[in-house]
Amino acid sequence: MELYLDLRSQPCRSVFMFAKLNAIPFDFKLVDLAKGEQYGEEFGKISPVRKVPVMKDGDFVLTESVAILQYLAEKHASRLPDHWYPADLRQRARVNEYLSWQQMNLRAHGSKVFLLKVGRRHYPFNTSLSTSALYVRVFVEELSQTVDVLDKYFLGEKLFLCGASISLADLVAVAEIMQPVSSGVDVFSGRPKLSAWCERVKKEVGVALFDEANAAIMTSGGVPQSLREAGLPQIFKDKFKKTFL
Amino acid sequence: MELYLDLRSQPCRSVFMFAKLNAIPFDFKLVDLAKGEQYGEEFGKISPVRKVPVMKDGDFVLTESVAILQYLAEKHASRLPDHWYPADLRQRARVNEYLSWQQMNLRAHGSKVFLLKVGSFKFVVVVEELSQTVDVLDKYFLGEKLFLCGASISLADLVAVAEIMQPVSSGVDVFSGRPKLSAWCERVKKEVGVALFDEANAAIMTSGGVPQSLREAGLPQIFKDKFKKTFL
Repeated sequence: MELYLDLRSQPCRSVFMFAKLNAIPFDFKLVDLAKGEQYGEEFGKISPVRKVPVMKDGDFVLTESVAILQYLAEKHASRLPDHWYPADLRQRARVNEYLSWQQMNLRAHGSKVFLLKVGRRHYPFNTSLSTSALYVRVFVEELSQTVDVLDKYFLGEKLFLCGASISLADLVAVAEIMQPVSSGVDVFSGRPKLSAWCERVKKEVGVALFDEANAAIMTSGGVPQSLREAGLPQIFKDKFKKTFL
Repeated sequence: MELYLDLRSQPCRSVFMFAKLNAIPFDFKLVDLAKGEQYGEEFGKISPVRKVPVMKDGDFVLTESVAILQYLAEKHASRLPDHWYPADLRQRARVNEYLSWQQMNLRAHGSKVFLLKVGSFKFVVVVEELSQTVDVLDKYFLGEKLFLCGASISLADLVAVAEIMQPVSSGVDVFSGRPKLSAWCERVKKEVGVALFDEANAAIMTSGGVPQSLREAGLPQIFKDKFKKTFL
């Protein structure tokens, strides 16, 4: 089984952590997003959608981290603890509910904040600096409201997002939340319950694996030295335009 | 079982079509988004997230249309055809792959196009963005198959057709120049049944989805807020 990953990408981190934590063997195939490798010919043959992560299990190619996690959890269900993706109809529905909600919420808003905060140091916005600062404030506020829903609706008084044990939902959530956090937005400030949850997830994952997964974004806010010198490649500029129009 | 719905909303339509088509009994609870009923006290007690659709099965309340579809398909698996949400690991993965991808792609872009004013600069840009997304739907997901995930209809097709009707209802013809996709849509309509398909889409096909009352009164504050958030 091969996993095509760049650990700067949140969806890659959740798949990486899940596979490693559960001793699911795989070949790590780096697709360096900063170098634009997702647009190369080789990766295009693996996946014409040109996004990461991609899983190649024998001849079966699958995109979308949520689908990959569900596939791996179901494939290895007989030897993994049930809590990752419970067999019970309602418990599973709770995990699916989170996996669905997070796409256009924590994932979308966390990504926007990360892109804006990291990118505006390097990308010459057409708008004035004061306007981009306004964008940052608005998107950070939007993220804050989303994190409130995570904290109050999904976590509530529970130990983990979907119950007393860790599940796919917690891995996906912690991978997403590290993105804006790595760019300097402290979402845990004033949210002790959420902070405790994050520590709990870190403990379940294991500090070594957690740090390994997050190393790429914790360095220089996710932007490698080469990029700082060369300037952002066109692909990032295009992504900026599309995200912030 | 109760379903809290407004059929102007794409996720509500896919859940509605799936339940009706498969004779899953439910009480239709209207949450009129144009009147801001999702912000009312009553609905807040059902779901603090204040979005539709919401399913209430006995004491079990579930949000997120994708999760509701997966739940209903799994709950009724013993009496429904397997193709809706196949038991086979890889076939199911294909359906999950589409259900995941569509959130930030067809759903996101189709919604943007629907919400924006026809003819503005931003409208032109989001229509192009939608077009690229529909190309992925057409070439990557549909390909040469009859339906998105194989030879038979699945949850993916219902969700996709519900989403695609949103920009179509505001006059953006995504099927033009895409005969394969157009044929797929007709095929899905036939599986769903024209009567049910039309019933599901009636709310948005009227006046481009904006009811007469709104046109006269002007958009309420909730829509203005939604606009700001979506298009800042």
